[in-house]
Amino acid sequence: MVNEAGAGHLGSELSCVDLLVALYFGELRVDPTDPMAPGRDRFVLSKGHAAGALYVTLAEAGFLEPDEVSTFMRAGSRLSGHPDRKAVPGVETNTGPLGHGLPVAVGMAKAARLRGEDWRTYVLTGDGELQEGSNWEAGMAAAQFRLDNLTLLIDHNRFQQGAPVAETNDLAPLADKWRAFGWHVVDIDGHDFDSIHAGLDVARATSDRPTCLMAHTNKAEGVSFMRDRVAWHHRVPTEEEYVRARADLTEGPS
Amino acid sequence: MSPATQRALHDCRGAFAETLVELAEANPDVVAVCNDSVGSSKLEGFKERWPERLVNVGIAEQNLVGVAAGLANGGLLPFVCAAACFLTARALEQIKTDVAYSDTNVKLCGISSGMAYGELGATHHSTEDFGWTRVIPNLTVIAPADREETRQAVRAAAAHRGPVYLRLSRMGVPDIMPDGYRFAIGRAVRLHEGRDVSIIANGTLTHRALDAAELLAREGIQARVINMATVKPLDEDAIVAAARDTGAIVTLEEHQVHGGLGSAVAEVVVSHEPVPMTILGVPGIFAPTGSASWLLDRFGMSAQGIAASARELVHRKRTKVAP
Ligand SMILES: Cc1ncc(C[n+]2csc(CCOP(=O)(O)OP(=O)(O)O)c2C)c(N)n1
Ligand SMILES: [Mg+2]
Repeated sequence: MVNEAGAGHLGSELSCVDLLVALYFGELRVDPTDPMAPGRDRFVLSKGHAAGALYVTLAEAGFLEPDEVSTFMRAGSRLSGHPDRKAVPGVETNTGPLGHGLPVAVGMAKAARLRGEDWRTYVLTGDGELQEGSNWEAGMAAAQFRLDNLTLLIDHNRFQQGAPVAETNDLAPLADKWRAFGWHVVDIDGHDFDSIHAGLDVARATSDRPTCLMAHTNKAEGVSFMRDRVAWHHRVPTEEEYVRARADLTEGPS
Repeated sequence: MSPATQRALHDCRGAFAETLVELAEANPDVVAVCNDSVGSSKLEGFKERWPERLVNVGIAEQNLVGVAAGLANGGLLPFVCAAACFLTARALEQIKTDVAYSDTNVKLCGISSGMAYGELGATHHSTEDFGWTRVIPNLTVIAPADREETRQAVRAAAAHRGPVYLRLSRMGVPDIMPDGYRFAIGRAVRLHEGRDVSIIANGTLTHRALDAAELLAREGIQARVINMATVKPLDEDAIVAAARDTGAIVTLEEHQVHGGLGSAVAEVVVSHEPVPMTILGVPGIFAPTGSASWLLDRFGMSAQGIAASARELVHRKRTKVAP
């Protein structure tokens, strides 16, 4: 898909696709035949640059025709480099500029609370993204509103666009910060489905405060020569790299 | 095929980054401030030479502009280098209050402006920034058209005492400025002479305007092409002269048709010398996904599209019944 488009954010997509799969196949109460059902769970991909991973997941879940993903970022395609809710079923809010998802998700969770409804809100952010102050403003509001119907998943892959997070504007101690902001924090392995589902179970069972699932991940997980290399944030593989990457993903690293 | 496609195209970020390094060599107060945008702003060379003079605040644009204002207050000459869409949209209040109103000597460099990030979608298109920035008092707004004008505009911004917004692109453009060209803030230049219609453009559209003028010349329409790099302060004399001499004006911009260059020109035209105008740009919509050049063509700004608008305007001018 990224090769066909000649653009994309492969590293960012591979680091969160397991989280998306866990959410769409086992957690979210959403219905591709009625994507706007008022009682649906809400999912917000705050790291909108991983749109490619969202589109393939939505296609797999029945929200899009599988063939359509190959139009990704083509002229006139509705599958833009960042998700557009008016164009793509299953997308709740438009993202791309980082630091937008959590505030909107707080509003969604607060709406469910005010209406006395039981649907839940999930939001996935990057880790570098948390350098945006808007996240912390929203984080305080979520705790103040005691939004236990809100789950934040942080794709903690330790890299941002141009460098490791620790060398740019270190977030550590990240879990302690969320705790200090009044959140229930649970560490999970973001590439292990049992661990992800266990975390989601804990979040659902938590009352009186929002839960943050600190998903420990690797950027470009699954492709040995890309993993944890900053260049793969948005590099497009050559034909040869594409073949090697596919082999890695289907057979595991040799 | 438009003539420009046969010329070599250049990404002006290179000229921008080289000039910034030259300025930093000459003046130890020059610092670069960025938001995880070292690569996209072509700051690798700067970072290598002066790692301590590259202030990377992380992905945090409000902080980015606030910190830059503080650096300027402390006596430094900060060049903020960030994607135009996030710099101007996310940090607009900081730009207004910390930079323009507080009159700090900050140079805001909006990289990959317009629809340079076409395929990434409307979140990443910076097609409202002329409007946002030009209405803020005390902020100079410049959009250079090629490598040479970029070099000179960066130098002029550094020499200018006060806030400047430099609107830069990554979209390839040919070298179009004549030998000996001298850029000055607030001064437009004529790049093609004509009496039938004026085409006013800047940034990535100026070379398209020149191509359109060539097409029009073949059918006997002589177009004056004006490169209006400075959107604020505007060269009002050049606009009034264009209205008076040619009686019709087409404006081009990689921006919404509302609030940008065309609006700025129209404000002058209606008050001083009303003539028919056509404002070309993004027609008040969130642009679809596609490359910048595909989008510009689609919005009537291919050389052929511009020529068609100019031709239509000339026709309208000539058939206008006198009152
Ligand atoms: C407001 C804003 N500033 C800058 C960017 C450019 N940008 C896109 S992705 C990215 C890095 C994101 O890092 P992280 O949140 O760690 O996400 P990852 O790709 O590692 O999952 C940056 C700086 C942006 N999209 N939005
Ligand atoms: Mg990251």
